[in-house]
Amino acid sequence: MRHLRVYQLALLLALIAFWHVMTAPGLLPPFMFDNDRQAAFFFGQPLQVAGRIWTWFVVDADIYRHLAVTLVETVLAFAAGSVLGLACGLWLALAPLASAVLEPYIKALNSMPRIILAPIFAVWFGLGIGSKVALGVTLVFFIVFFNVYQGVKEVSPVVLANARMLGASRRQLLRHVYLPSATSWVFSSLHTSVGLAFVGAVVGEYLGSSQGVGYLILQAEGSFDINTVMAGIVVLTAFALLLDAAVGRIEKRLMKWQPRAGESEKL
Amino acid sequence: MALQQPPALAFAGVSCTFVSRDNPGQRYTAVAQVDLALQPGEFVSVVGPTGCGKSTLLNMAAGLLQPSSGEVHVFGRPLAGINDRAGYMFQAESLMPWRTALGNVMAGLEFRGAPDARAQAEAWLRRVGLGAFGDRYPHQLSGGMRKRASLAQTLALDPDIILMDEPFSALDVQTRQLMENEVLDLWATKKKAVLFITHDLDEAIAMSDRVLVLSAGPASHPIGEFAIDLERPRDVAEVRSTPRFIELHRAIWAVLRDEVLKGYAQQLKAS
Repeated sequence: MRHLRVYQLALLLALIAFWHVMTAPGLLPPFMFDNDRQAAFFFGQPLQVAGRIWTWFVVDADIYRHLAVTLVETVLAFAAGSVLGLACGLWLALAPLASAVLEPYIKALNSMPRIILAPIFAVWFGLGIGSKVALGVTLVFFIVFFNVYQGVKEVSPVVLANARMLGASRRQLLRHVYLPSATSWVFSSLHTSVGLAFVGAVVGEYLGSSQGVGYLILQAEGSFDINTVMAGIVVLTAFALLLDAAVGRIEKRLMKWQPRAGESEKL
Repeated sequence: MALQQPPALAFAGVSCTFVSRDNPGQRYTAVAQVDLALQPGEFVSVVGPTGCGKSTLLNMAAGLLQPSSGEVHVFGRPLAGINDRAGYMFQAESLMPWRTALGNVMAGLEFRGAPDARAQAEAWLRRVGLGAFGDRYPHQLSGGMRKRASLAQTLALDPDIILMDEPFSALDVQTRQLMENEVLDLWATKKKAVLFITHDLDEAIAMSDRVLVLSAGPASHPIGEFAIDLERPRDVAEVRSTPRFIELHRAIWAVLRDEVLKGYAQQLKAS
């Protein structure tokens, strides 16, 4: 597919054009709504949205502060959730008794809709960064935890026996066999967990905060400013794509020992 | 005169019974009443039909598996825990996929805190012909190269006993013969005790000082022992066409054949 990018871009432009034509007041006679301003009120207008983004980034340059807050929350939630998940996953996978005792509780915690904890975290940690990080951590933790648990359980018994024959102590087994095997599973879930850390941050902001992109959206929604809400969504989406690309790069660098599908065997 | 040296590895009345975890009433005795002594510097092969507990025997020698009864002695001492005087070359892939070839060969030296682990590992990689491939990960190496790396990894620790579990069964015939000759060369310079498990009688005769035939499972035990008096150094490909080789092959096969048929019949019944 040589022209793949061209087609992708064309589709995007077509969607924006459709959005514009359907919402611009006076361009088409209203067929869904009572008057020709209502479509713009409910759906926003692409040009206004672009203008809003331009103002945020260039004219007023006031969104960077909010983006930075959201990013810090995402990174903190991801880091804390991963470390906790890794530690608990390793511990439970290597301690059969503890894992047997805790199994129903872990199941319950995992199946609980954890977003609902946001109000409690707001009470516990206030409206600052803390409550958003806490929410993100609960989302990230389980993804990482289950992957590490799986990773440790799936360590090849032969590789394990081999390491023991080579004289690895319990500690060295943990450091040189279980941990690398588990991290490979963590990395395979990295895209999901970074995405969820981001969701935690934005949802937390949306439910109550004084800064962050989620806060901007909440403010605009309060004054029925659909264009700004849309602009916020566009910025968040672009931001999430950037994060995902960054994760992809890190993954590629750290996981070069893993065979990739389609890669020919080098001799 | 010095006291007679104890055998490098000795099985004394060793049995191993597996109990099904889900159904404790269901048990399977893999090997029963095995007596076997391996002198230092001796190359002994064990042949037997599939599923006769050859690997069980090796795992007990390595200390990865505790015998249900009987004792394993290493240089006269009863074995408890991992046998740290033995190196084990596994049948399946055993390299750590997250370490490079060099990292894998270094692993054992590193675990034991050798100060010049890297230099030793590099020397071993060169010795097995992988000098230029130290920075490759296992998935970037061919099957034969991975086996070489495993061999270097095992031998780098300079173990007094080398346990090999069908190490070359996954290789093609040419690569296999090259590797067999390499192992024989390395063994000839170091003269370690080798316990070599194989299902390939040709390989067993070509490489060993002694060949042991195991009966079909369950409760397999040695039923024949043959000294291989072929001259050394040997070339595994050439030695196969000598009259003495053919004679030995015929004699051992006469014992082995019945067991192979028995083992086959049992597998048919079980499935």
